[in-house]
Amino acid sequence: MNEPVKNDAPVLNIENLNVKFVTEDGVVRAVNGLDLQVGKGKALGLVGETGAGKTTTALSILRLVPDPPGVVDCEKLELNGKDIMGMSTHELEQIRGKEVSMIFQDPMTALNPVFTVGDQIAESIHLHENVSMVEAQKKAVEMLELVGIPGDRAGEYPHQFSGGMKQRVVISIALACHPQLLIADEPTTALDVTIQAQVLDLMKELRTKYDTSLIMITHDLGIVAEICDEVAVMYAGNVVEKGTLEDVFNHTLHPYTEGLFNSLPNINDRKAMLKPIPGLMPDPTDLPEGCPFYPRCQYADEACKKPQQKKYVSDTHYIRCCAYDREGFHIERKEKT
Amino acid sequence: MSRKTKAGEFKAYKKRSFAQEVWRNYKKSPSAMLGLILIVLIIIVAITAQIVYDYNTDIVQQNIKQRFLSPGTPGHLLGTDNYGRDVLTRILYGAKYSLAVGLVAVAISCLLGSTLGLIAGYYGGVVENIILRFCEVFMGIPSVLLGVAIMSAFGQSLAVLMLAVGLVYVPMFARTARAAVLPVREEEYIEAARVSGVSDFKIIFQHVLPNALSPIIVQVTMGVANGILSASFLSFLGLGVPVPAPEWGAMLSSGREYIRDYGYLTTYPGIAIMITVLAFNLMGDGLRDALDPKLKQ
Repeated sequence: MNEPVKNDAPVLNIENLNVKFVTEDGVVRAVNGLDLQVGKGKALGLVGETGAGKTTTALSILRLVPDPPGVVDCEKLELNGKDIMGMSTHELEQIRGKEVSMIFQDPMTALNPVFTVGDQIAESIHLHENVSMVEAQKKAVEMLELVGIPGDRAGEYPHQFSGGMKQRVVISIALACHPQLLIADEPTTALDVTIQAQVLDLMKELRTKYDTSLIMITHDLGIVAEICDEVAVMYAGNVVEKGTLEDVFNHTLHPYTEGLFNSLPNINDRKAMLKPIPGLMPDPTDLPEGCPFYPRCQYADEACKKPQQKKYVSDTHYIRCCAYDREGFHIERKEKT
Repeated sequence: MSRKTKAGEFKAYKKRSFAQEVWRNYKKSPSAMLGLILIVLIIIVAITAQIVYDYNTDIVQQNIKQRFLSPGTPGHLLGTDNYGRDVLTRILYGAKYSLAVGLVAVAISCLLGSTLGLIAGYYGGVVENIILRFCEVFMGIPSVLLGVAIMSAFGQSLAVLMLAVGLVYVPMFARTARAAVLPVREEEYIEAARVSGVSDFKIIFQHVLPNALSPIIVQVTMGVANGILSASFLSFLGLGVPVPAPEWGAMLSSGREYIRDYGYLTTYPGIAIMITVLAFNLMGDGLRDALDPKLKQ
């Protein structure tokens, strides 16, 4: 098996992350042995169905998995080389918002209705930049203008803004302290398509400007293609395929990734039926021992019932699928060049 | 990015303060304004009565010759009581007891109860369980009995009355606050605040509290009304402000003996209590509407 090429000091380095929720009905294993690295200035797309553990992974990075019932166990969780697992609550508060921040799915609920948007942006700056509140408010106005909202609207309340503008405000809060890592949890899901494009463009622009690394959590492969350098496909709490955008989109290897692409409408053959993946994601309280995808996989055989190992097909591209051990195996989706 | 503004020139951006916003909404409601005007009047009356009347000569001095003068007698608009003391003067002077007990008691129960409720609601789990079970035990004791017990344990005085009435309402505030916090705690902006690295203490008091304030405010104004009633009730039982102070409840109590022949002795203090309680209730309703950010135009 090949060894991965180590990025020079990745911004985020996760090794063997396990998150489980201990409830009365059983142990929900949300994330199982996940490894993830994000290089400086890189954008990683984290895709997968609902319940694949994407958001839980994101919250683990911030150490915000509710505990109880959540139990986070990780061999290595480093942000800029700093060990997050060993941090005290106070140290974590200093990191959150300053070095890593997060954009939420629904801008309608992510802003506090009783504070002006200016104050909400200023709060983060005031907390982390060691400046007076007036100074922070001044910077907040600058941030607002940066995301394309007139600065004199800083004194207005969230309900006076439209959905797209609110998401801009949320983005400006997240970027107010110029974090090294930005986690965007389905930032455009709640917006309509035209606004989506604007928000994505804005994120792209600001990301380049501040050289921020990005984890883009989404189930929209179009957004990934638009914005990301690397893609990690998650299924049942683990990455089943990871590679560069080119690797995953044009040299798809994992049957699950293939299933995802097949579920999309094809613009060249508009009358074609969609081919959804049959079945449902396995119950996270009762995951199969082997490949979690094998009950739904059309290529599965006996070997799939054993635990899967990472398998590197190139320096950047790996999968967790033992089907490629078979002689001459390939999936139906054709490679694009 | 253009940075024309220099550090010194920047003025905080224009915004309407929270209080201004609330006031703008509050004054739209006539009934709320009536409540507010009544409360202001009662406060003015309570203060002027302290200046105009002398406690020893006007309020408690007996004048047997002028017993039971009926209302409307010149110089005694609301008549005199069984000791010949002017009822109107005593009612006006007594406003201070009701207001003081109502406000201080609510301040005690609100501060204590809301803090407990906020903590219980925000943290949940064991903390919540301990606080809520403690409150339930407290609520299991009839409030009058609890008040009586505190009064008899610490002695009869205005301060103890305030404390007793205040402690009785702590569990109610705790439960109201907790219930108000529960939906707010789950909101994404609380999560977002946590992501921004805001400490728990700041989240509870700066982010959760303003969003959970409406029920607490309503509870406060209703609490003032209830506190006044409770104080009157304890005084009525002879456990409140010691006689001969003109506390409204105590006046009711002493007028009770003469209710058949001199009904006005109980009617007028009763009306005074009613107006005060009504005023606070009206203000509570108005405030609740004005504070609700969802109703903001």
